[in-house]
Amino acid sequence: MRRYNQFEATKGKRAVKDSDHTTTITRADVQHVANLARLALSAEEEERFQHQLSAVFEHFQKLSDLDTEQIPPTAQVIPLTNVMRPDAVEPSLPEQDVLANAPDREGDQFRVRAILEF
Amino acid sequence: MNLNALTIHQAQDLLRRGEISSLQLTEAVLAQIESLDESIHAFVTVTAAEARAQAQAADARLAQDGVAAPPLLGIPAAIKDVVSTKGVRTTCSSRMLEDYVPPYDATVMEKLNAQGIVLVGKTNMDEFAMGSSTEHSAFFTTRNPWDRERVPGGSSGGSAAAVAADQAIFALGSDTGGSIRQPAALCGVVGMKPTYGRVSRYGLVAFASSLDQIGPFTKDVTDCAIVLEAICGHDPRDATSAPNPVPNWPEALKQDVRGLRLGVPREYFGAGIDPEVEQAVRTAIDQLAGLGVAVEDVSLPHTDHALATYYIIAPAEASANLARYDGIRYGYAAQDAETMWDAYSRTRGQGFGSEVKRRILVGTHALSSGYYDAYYLKAQKVRTLIAADFQEAFERVDAIVCPTSATVAFKIGERIDDPISMYLSDLYTLPGNVAGLPGVSQPCGLVQGLPVGLQFIGKPYDESTLLRLAYAYEQVSGKSYKPALSQGAPH
Amino acid sequence: METTVAEKYRTVIGLEFHVQLLTESKMFCRCSAQYAANPPNTVVCPVCLGLPGALPVINEKVIECIVMTGMALNCNIPEFAKFDRKNYPYPDLPKGYQISQYDLPFCVAGSLELDEEDGGRTIGITRVHQEEDTAKSTHVTAPSGERYSLVDFNRSGVPLMEVVTEPDVASPEEAAALGRKLRQIVRYLGISTGNMEDGAMRCDANISVWPADAPTGNIKVEVKNMNSFRAVERALFFEQERQTRILESGADTRVTETRGWVETTGETVSQRIKEAAHDYRYFPEPDLPPLQLTQDWIETVRASLPELPAAKKQRFMAEYDLSAYDAGLLTQSRDLAAYFEAASDRAKNAKAVANWMSRNLLRRLNESDTEITECRISPEALAEMITLIESGEISNRMAQEVFDQMFDTGKSAPAIVKEQGLAQISDESELEGIVAQVIAENPAAVQDFNQGKKRAIGFLVGQVMKATRGKANPGIVNQKLQEQLRQS
Ligand SMILES: [Mg+2]
Ligand SMILES: [Zn+2]
Repeated sequence: MRRYNQFEATKGKRAVKDSDHTTTITRADVQHVANLARLALSAEEEERFQHQLSAVFEHFQKLSDLDTEQIPPTAQVIPLTNVMRPDAVEPSLPEQDVLANAPDREGDQFRVRAILEF
Repeated sequence: MNLNALTIHQAQDLLRRGEISSLQLTEAVLAQIESLDESIHAFVTVTAAEARAQAQAADARLAQDGVAAPPLLGIPAAIKDVVSTKGVRTTCSSRMLEDYVPPYDATVMEKLNAQGIVLVGKTNMDEFAMGSSTEHSAFFTTRNPWDRERVPGGSSGGSAAAVAADQAIFALGSDTGGSIRQPAALCGVVGMKPTYGRVSRYGLVAFASSLDQIGPFTKDVTDCAIVLEAICGHDPRDATSAPNPVPNWPEALKQDVRGLRLGVPREYFGAGIDPEVEQAVRTAIDQLAGLGVAVEDVSLPHTDHALATYYIIAPAEASANLARYDGIRYGYAAQDAETMWDAYSRTRGQGFGSEVKRRILVGTHALSSGYYDAYYLKAQKVRTLIAADFQEAFERVDAIVCPTSATVAFKIGERIDDPISMYLSDLYTLPGNVAGLPGVSQPCGLVQGLPVGLQFIGKPYDESTLLRLAYAYEQVSGKSYKPALSQGAPH
Repeated sequence: METTVAEKYRTVIGLEFHVQLLTESKMFCRCSAQYAANPPNTVVCPVCLGLPGALPVINEKVIECIVMTGMALNCNIPEFAKFDRKNYPYPDLPKGYQISQYDLPFCVAGSLELDEEDGGRTIGITRVHQEEDTAKSTHVTAPSGERYSLVDFNRSGVPLMEVVTEPDVASPEEAAALGRKLRQIVRYLGISTGNMEDGAMRCDANISVWPADAPTGNIKVEVKNMNSFRAVERALFFEQERQTRILESGADTRVTETRGWVETTGETVSQRIKEAAHDYRYFPEPDLPPLQLTQDWIETVRASLPELPAAKKQRFMAEYDLSAYDAGLLTQSRDLAAYFEAASDRAKNAKAVANWMSRNLLRRLNESDTEITECRISPEALAEMITLIESGEISNRMAQEVFDQMFDTGKSAPAIVKEQGLAQISDESELEGIVAQVIAENPAAVQDFNQGKKRAIGFLVGQVMKATRGKANPGIVNQKLQEQLRQS
């Protein structure tokens, strides 16, 4: 239910008309987006990116010149469908290769900071 | 004769006749890297020892196979550091992957290795292929061999510079918005972006999945056809890989161009183009007309919207593609974090450079709740319009001809702080990526001593026509473009 | 008139199930999907480890599995479907996004009808979509007190089907019944083990309680961590009570949150942890071309569907004249139903088979925790035993003993009967002699009988049985006694 409702809610929120949005990127916008993207930014970066993103999104405004109401979106340019493979197993990576690049490990597992506190 | 200045087809001939060995050829290339790369900085990693071993193996195979040897057997190549090479670190010129050693080869590497190439090194690039100047490398800026104060273009600047400076016989790059063609133009070499789907992306570190393609940098058009044939083909590990058969391009390129129809898009000759660049391109077009190619004006009306479209779609896809860099399985990991989320954010904040962060932010914002329709969906719709522009043009002409870049190589630092002016460097190349079309760039003159790029854009899977046109032009212009290198100058 | 608390409120429940599919290989790579049997991080490859440059390719079996499920749940199967990226960075999600489905899933707008004994209501199925499973993390507290987590990517990329119901479920009991019904269906389809215990099937439930006469508000509590349907029922019951108490207190202080079920304490506890905001930023997966399912293909899959539990149950009632209860019992799994049909075909007495199965076989299977497929009595052997009863070779009473020995040893009924001399004595002349002897030895009982105490015959039958160690055919004994007593 949550996923469904989230899906609806997101859909609803996304239904913003082209003319409804503003292009000004605020410092809070940068912080919000950086948080979504899990990017730690310094105060200096936040400010710089705020200006640069504002200019970039200002430029993107250009697209609202075009009436695209009847135009279907293109996600991929290749005219392919139904690209699948048979359900067959092939060897996996050798174990030593799996962990060779790990910044931190314990035995045969990857080690990370505590994920959840129960 | 400096062996490292040879083209593939010249070297191939000498190798097969036993006049030179792959080891000699490889040593010449390595010597050129040794003597020049301190000032050019084309390479992130030089694999000299492995190269020598591969060259020796190639020589043994050559002795056995003779003329039946694969075309690239024993040929020293440089690979953009965005293509996964098993056992050889693949950094994407990022702090994030500085020590990352892939446990597998990209499909293109498997293909090249099967032919027996000699890998001399991995080349510098804009971090994660985001940029047009190679200034966004986390390690160093690659210099243009024609003028060390200028950029080589980007993001495949290292590969372009390496081929221009004879530090490799050929190179591979990747092109998401012009990242092969624009540096090829700025460094005076041949560079091609094949049709989207022609070359497997398996093992190519993703920037923008619906736009990325791997392609060759070569010293002439014949070599371009040889490498193209070697790397193209269907790959079951890449679901977007085209099932289309691979033509014999080295043969196809020699076909007469008489009667081909060439379209000149008027939108590509507007404001912003350097008049001398325009002049060089128009002269080249006239020479093609002289060969019996029919030239006519065409219009690509949504050209003006391509930049915004591209700079929404590419960062949006990139924001997801780069989410995997979390410091857990590989790559940089911040040490100064307390909690898991802290570790995530710091790893990424410290591991990525400015341009990458900027694009992640742009892409995340364009996809985020409340903005998706206005930016991402809108860009996808305009993408339809841009592709339709080309489709309409191709009903009248067989290929499009235009400059590769509006200017010659610009000065290092000139555009670094102004993202939009940097993004404009790709104005003539990125529409081809948006529409998934093949494009080739080749040198067509010098302006202020710097090479100018001539670009052909073709119909999907019609690389043959592009190669024919490029080859015909190469023959008729009769010029070769070589920078005056301070050391190891060829000829 | 006073309304009770139960009448004052209504409960709104929506369920989400994640079902691991039984494929050979993972969803998007060729690693084995049998991750659990392997040591950590040994069934991983560049794709399911999210290495730079790796690309997904769809496992065709997975598409077949989900479309079959959609059909079993009466869903529409749109001709066009695609995958999307669901963006959320998490250590167990190697790419930082999950390949899932957003607006064009494989199955939409279906329904699932509950059994009569579970209330018989029809619950709406919103959608069934396909996605990939995450890695598995283990939380560790070191002796030093340091806390950290370990991640094993073996499970990463195992195909996962998500079934989302409409918020139509009205009670904890109904939620559990729906879950069991769905499990029965996926097992019938042979596409999942459906085991909650090992996580092959997982259930998240959204529950909210509202005054019966007021519209539904928008507070939702998501309950997680239940690893059995019993736990689903208990957790939702706890939550229903908790929310009702809050509403009864007069102020609705509930918040939308995730609560974890704690089996040991029988409570749900808030799992609100400090996490960065969620905004999944779904967009079409550029690495995977979309799917265009042709009507032909869809019909081929439909034709391959096995008979589903509801239809089988109806057929058993009609064809074998079984009660709804027995038909339900015997169709609870495909193997059990197949066993029943095989035995019935041989025994020609479906009712007897149904009785022996529901009264004896299922009990013994449960007691010994044995699957029907591992049962030592084959359907043919059960049929043979029933034939022995019908031909009068063994009595029903003896058959109990024979059945138990068959179950324990796997020997056939005739073999057991022969070995232990259990054959019923139906020989009339032999029985006549024994009856005569019993009459001669029990004059008091004969006198009672003659004086009208008809019950005395029971005593005499018992004496005959005793004399034959229970092997006398009771019908014939009765008949012979009547005859001889009348004559005497
Ligand atoms: Mg899900
Ligand atoms: Zn795998």
